Amino acid sequence: MAVLVQSEPFDLGAVTTEFAQNADGAGAVVTFTGIVRDLATHDLKEMIIEHYPGMTEKALSNIRDQAMERWALADALVIHRYGRLKAGDHIMMVATASKHRKDAFEAAEFLMDYLKSRAPFWKKEITSKRADWVASKQEDEDALTRWD
Amino acid sequence: MIQVMYFAWVRERIGQPKEHVETSATTVRELVSELSSREPRYEAAFADLTALKVALDQELADFDAPLAGVKEVAFFPPMTGG
Repeated sequence: MAVLVQSEPFDLGAVTTEFAQNADGAGAVVTFTGIVRDLATHDLKEMIIEHYPGMTEKALSNIRDQAMERWALADALVIHRYGRLKAGDHIMMVATASKHRKDAFEAAEFLMDYLKSRAPFWKKEITSKRADWVASKQEDEDALTRWD
Repeated sequence: MIQVMYFAWVRERIGQPKEHVETSATTVRELVSELSSREPRYEAAFADLTALKVALDQELADFDAPLAGVKEVAFFPPMTGG
């Protein structure tokens, strides 16, 4: 349950409620949700997310294990979707639970930084005129150095 | 015989998601040269290796990594998840 890779939508509220209820002894729950946006063109028909089945689950589990080891977490959850999404759809979420908020906040940021450039997902934006693979950003790669 | 997989624009440029390759290449870089010399579509996909990443048996690796014992090689652009 700790890492889910799925094409179906997830219910952010229900998932968060269940996660918080099951996180034994936690006094803090942090969640982050990624949402498909349409900033560049205002003409986004859909976003296609491709992934590498097998490696995706391994990479996400590995990143989660590192977070669990590094911070005092009661639990950590990663959900990432693939397939065809529309503007406004939820792409992914992370949730972390800990006794104190600092661990939960930091671990959530760590999970996001790592999964952005280390989990094998690729986004393609389809507009009425073009279909473009989203380019990776140097700042996303640079973000990893603060966790060294 | 190894399974070679392609993702995102690498897959589109090569025109297929995966294939089995009979090779005597000892490193990823040698495999890339071998494929590139086959047909222009491979040459186009592998033109700039700094724009690509490689995974060996589903673990990120570098282009000088040895292929001994490897069953699955995957080529793809930098990831854009999240």
